[in-house]
Amino acid sequence: MRLTTLAALGLAAAALGPAADPPSAAPAPHKRTEERLEVPPPPFTEGLFPCTTCHEGMPVNRTRRVLKDMHDDIVLKHDEEHRWCLDCHDATNRDRLHLASGAPVSFEESYLLCGQCHGEKLRDWRAGVHGRRTGSWNGPKRYLLCAHCHNPHQPRFRALAPKPAPLPPSRAAR
Amino acid sequence: MTTPEKPKVSRRLFAASGASAAAWVLTACGPRRLHEVPRDRLRVAIREMERKYSQQAGKEVKVSDAGALPGVEFAYALDISRCIGCRRCVYACVEENNQSRNPQLHWIKVLSMEKEKGVDFSHADPYYHPATVPEEGHFYVPVACQQCKNPPCTKVCPTGATWTEPDGIVVIDYDWCIGCRYCMAACPYGARHFNWAEPVLPADAVNTDTHYLGNRPRPKGVVEKCTFCIQRTRAGKYPACVDVCPAGARKFGNLLDKDSEIRYIIEHKRVLVLKEELNTVPRFFYFYAT
Ligand code: SF4
Repeated sequence: MRLTTLAALGLAAAALGPAADPPSAAPAPHKRTEERLEVPPPPFTEGLFPCTTCHEGMPVNRTRRVLKDMHDDIVLKHDEEHRWCLDCHDATNRDRLHLASGAPVSFEESYLLCGQCHGEKLRDWRAGVHGRRTGSWNGPKRYLLCAHCHNPHQPRFRALAPKPAPLPPSRAAR
Repeated sequence: MTTPEKPKVSRRLFAASGASAAAWVLTACGPRRLHEVPRDRLRVAIREMERKYSQQAGKEVKVSDAGALPGVEFAYALDISRCIGCRRCVYACVEENNQSRNPQLHWIKVLSMEKEKGVDFSHADPYYHPATVPEEGHFYVPVACQQCKNPPCTKVCPTGATWTEPDGIVVIDYDWCIGCRYCMAACPYGARHFNWAEPVLPADAVNTDTHYLGNRPRPKGVVEKCTFCIQRTRAGKYPACVDVCPAGARKFGNLLDKDSEIRYIIEHKRVLVLKEELNTVPRFFYFYAT
């Protein structure tokens, strides 16, 4: 009895599943998933990673303070009143980040960390709508991590010099 | 008023039937538009184009005749809340699509608008040049061909040199364009551009991946415009402007695929089209992701 119900459910699921969709554009239709996404390596500052190279064996100082000896080039402009290094960087495993729950996250999956506060951006990013996407509209796409465009310490999108303005018509059409 | 009615009508009828007969003879026996010629004859014409362009550029230029993919209708969406007005798209387009460098010809125009005024073409400025963008109090609306579903431009063409392809791309046959520029007058978006002089395209700048309805080199005296990068998109790639945009403001995909980015945007975001009141029904959408 239970088995037959399950089989019936399975059949129903198969009928509702992607197989029932009308054939879509060639070559391979892109499906949105909640799986881990392929991203290029995180944009580390040259020579800094892995962090354990220096931090291994160093005593952990959890006191919130202004850094003087190292990393003093980092200016935090990202809710800095409420936040400092160890809210995102993990003190026990220096090569990782952690979520608010304490669960460790690799730098490759840092979008999970960003998504804790910016949930709607994470949702749009997964859908391919927030952020730069290159590759194929009907095939594999290349995603970027949040940190490729937004410096996590100062996330406002950096200003750029614009390319030259078009020439006014009289000169362009000469 | 009442008496000479009859002969007038018959004369007009006679003239009309004569003209249509001539038109029939012309289309049946004369040269055809590239999309009308049989595939094998199109190949011959394309070989000839490849030979000519390769010789001019001093390197092998490929001309594709890839047709529309079945089940595909292309659409574009641009995030007005993300565009920073950097014009990377303008120049990526020029390089990809073999636009004339002199006289300068741009298919994309980035308009700077004031946040106070909203989307308002009468106060838009395409010539902004601050040291860095975005500028305080401004937002940017890049405009190119809107690939309308109800295009005013193709209707006015007296030679049938411009039409809509099955995947929604409005294209131009440069061999049939007589340069009358009616389509430019008809387009409400200023998206069509005329080659007033012989286009100058340095040989080393030629993009050798071309399509016969898109970025193959153009002669003087024809109209050209954005084709959603037909040479790239029919091969599965994103348009060049999508690939280059550092802000990720540009989105592209298949309107008929319910899992596409474009459908997600239309279903979840605030979307607008330019000059909606003109009923051109653009396939180019603008949206606010935030
Ligand atoms: S490249 Fe992107 S951000 Fe820059 S002007 Fe074009 S659409 Fe806007």
